[in-house]
Amino acid sequence: MKVKSTVAILECLLEQGVDTIFGYPGGTILNIYDELYSYQDKIRHILTAHEQGAAHAADGYARSTGKVGVCFATSGPGATNLTTGIATAYYDSSPVVFITCNVTENTLGKDAFQEVDITGIAMPITKATYLVRDPQTIPDVIREAFAVAATGRPGPVLIDFLKNVTAPSVMIDYEPMERKEHIHHGRLQALTHRIGWDIKTPEPNHDDVRTLCQMIAESKKPLLICGGGVVRSRAHEVFRAFAEKIDTPVAITVMGGGGFPGGHPLTTGMIGMHGTQASNIACDNCDLLIAVGCRFSDRVALDPDTFAANAKIVHIDIDRAEIGKNVKTAHHIIGDAKRVLELLNSVVEEKKNPEWKEFVFSHATRTEYDDKPGELTPQQVLETIRQIVPGDSIVATDVGQHQMWTIQHFHFDYPGQLLTSGGFGTMGFGLGAALGAKIGNPDKTVIHITGDGCFRMNGQEMATESHYDIPVITFVFDNRTLGMVRQWQNLIYNKRFSQTDLGFAPDFVKLAEAYGLKGRRVTNVQELKEAIHEALEWGHGYVVDCMIDTDEMVRPMVGGGQPITNFMLT
Amino acid sequence: MKQTISILVENQAGVLNKITGLFSRRAFNIESLAVGVTDDPSISRITIIVDSGNSVVEQVEKQLNKLVDVIKVRTLEDDRMIGRELMIAKVSCTTKTRVDIMNLCQIMGAKIADVSPTTMTLELSDTTERLELFQSLLRPFSILEVARTGLIAVQKGSGKI
Repeated sequence: MKVKSTVAILECLLEQGVDTIFGYPGGTILNIYDELYSYQDKIRHILTAHEQGAAHAADGYARSTGKVGVCFATSGPGATNLTTGIATAYYDSSPVVFITCNVTENTLGKDAFQEVDITGIAMPITKATYLVRDPQTIPDVIREAFAVAATGRPGPVLIDFLKNVTAPSVMIDYEPMERKEHIHHGRLQALTHRIGWDIKTPEPNHDDVRTLCQMIAESKKPLLICGGGVVRSRAHEVFRAFAEKIDTPVAITVMGGGGFPGGHPLTTGMIGMHGTQASNIACDNCDLLIAVGCRFSDRVALDPDTFAANAKIVHIDIDRAEIGKNVKTAHHIIGDAKRVLELLNSVVEEKKNPEWKEFVFSHATRTEYDDKPGELTPQQVLETIRQIVPGDSIVATDVGQHQMWTIQHFHFDYPGQLLTSGGFGTMGFGLGAALGAKIGNPDKTVIHITGDGCFRMNGQEMATESHYDIPVITFVFDNRTLGMVRQWQNLIYNKRFSQTDLGFAPDFVKLAEAYGLKGRRVTNVQELKEAIHEALEWGHGYVVDCMIDTDEMVRPMVGGGQPITNFMLT
Repeated sequence: MKQTISILVENQAGVLNKITGLFSRRAFNIESLAVGVTDDPSISRITIIVDSGNSVVEQVEKQLNKLVDVIKVRTLEDDRMIGRELMIAKVSCTTKTRVDIMNLCQIMGAKIADVSPTTMTLELSDTTERLELFQSLLRPFSILEVARTGLIAVQKGSGKI
């Protein structure tokens, strides 16, 4: 049937089950927004304060629900404002479809008002980009874009429509098609036949699985790493069954938070730069390291040459390009974490490793921080939050000390419970992500843990929080400094605190109130408890400004590029 | 280490940019690059010679495979491929040197594409090594300009990518 091109765009989104879009309108995308006006009863649009906030919100929505997030922005600055959000999603393999519009065909490349080559800019930070110049390709492109974003190793894609493609006079042929049929049509069908481009998830090689079983049987000191791939493939249950069956300690990466229960007796805690003694020492001593859905980043395999030097490393990943990228591996299995682990569970033999476990768990699996009389410590803040908020609350963080403390103290039990920018390390990610998560999970309590530096980046999304009444509780770890940078200056730069003093920050409580939220500054545990209870009872956006010491550090710490047990702080 | 990579891609705007971006990101220098449409007008073949230093190109090959516009990627081994490059060279000449240059062309199998009273423009299609030899033999006659296409290559025998 013949429909307006903008109708086809929105109908194609509905085909994908999209009911929420985060975005910001502007000149070139007006035609789509005009059509959206007619679709208000089917698609909810959340207008953020800034395109970056919209990008993080769509990302947080995707991470917490497992669905594909959708984000709209206009050309030029609207599109470039998305880029940090796109890169954040790309580094953490989060499926988001970004839709922008560009100038018209006859002005393209002529430096028209608000023109930018966003498909060129976004190229290295997306799985794919599409510049749509022919309206008739709209259904094919959107169907392909969603499939590319969601399948294999998930990630962001960007579609850029020329404005003339969306003009009200443009009619195209559009036939509604169920999502499961998409793979049998158009370019998507061609993609399924390509080498290395398995739009259908590849079936793991059964011989590879049997080889690993043999290696497990021979191993006396095995260690598992739970990476972000376990979270993305929602493989937490099979991963747990696997770890229990082979009785193997589990170290968790930042992105792996939620892939394995944080309080499980086999958990050694975080691994890497701020990894626990147990995780890092186990990594150094194990004879078999099975990494599931992890990419051995420089924050985990700090020194690739000495990383797990006594072990055979086995890499299980869906992305072939990750194999052998950062560390040399003895064996690998390509496939979706869930499917690989299901296969493993069906054939691997049970085993027990009592002596090895005794050795591993003789080392600390968590960091004890001292209480300081008369001061509120990060540990107290996090323990207090944990005691009061529901155990299944979704936690979004920003980046820095508060992020590491949060991951150290909270237990994450299911995929999507922890939302954090692990790969790209984007300050200002948290609030947008928290808002997106709350919209995708209205029944869950969502808390946002941030620092005073991060909160000043994209803190303006309090306007979105207030306008749409999205009840998120923000905890600001207010140390009046850029804490993690100061920590490095303290330890490595001879206490030369260059440009890390944030003592001139605004009054966050007043700022929250200015946006129509409630806020409270707390300096001790009692005040903190009162504030949390007040926030939960009030049921709207709330900011708790937690005053903590300026020189509190994240421990343990291993310096960048160092062997994993060279702790500079214990 | 120099390697020859043959890539079949969708014949579309922006694809070349995506391919070269993967090389520049890892600081691999592209020594030569040739693009042309294949028998199927919707598919182009890109032949790239890359100097990867001591790193391995395998990683880039895997990354190339992940691009939706890339249909196939293959690293070609020197002794198992037919590779040719076209060079056009303009040299200065006099009535005295013209015959010497013509002799060189005959020995090397080059064609004379254009002549003026003071210059000759020569073309040669051959392997990279032979082109370099030809170029060095021309140098004493003063080379004014050289243009080379970069290598194009296919596998020897019945193999294809």
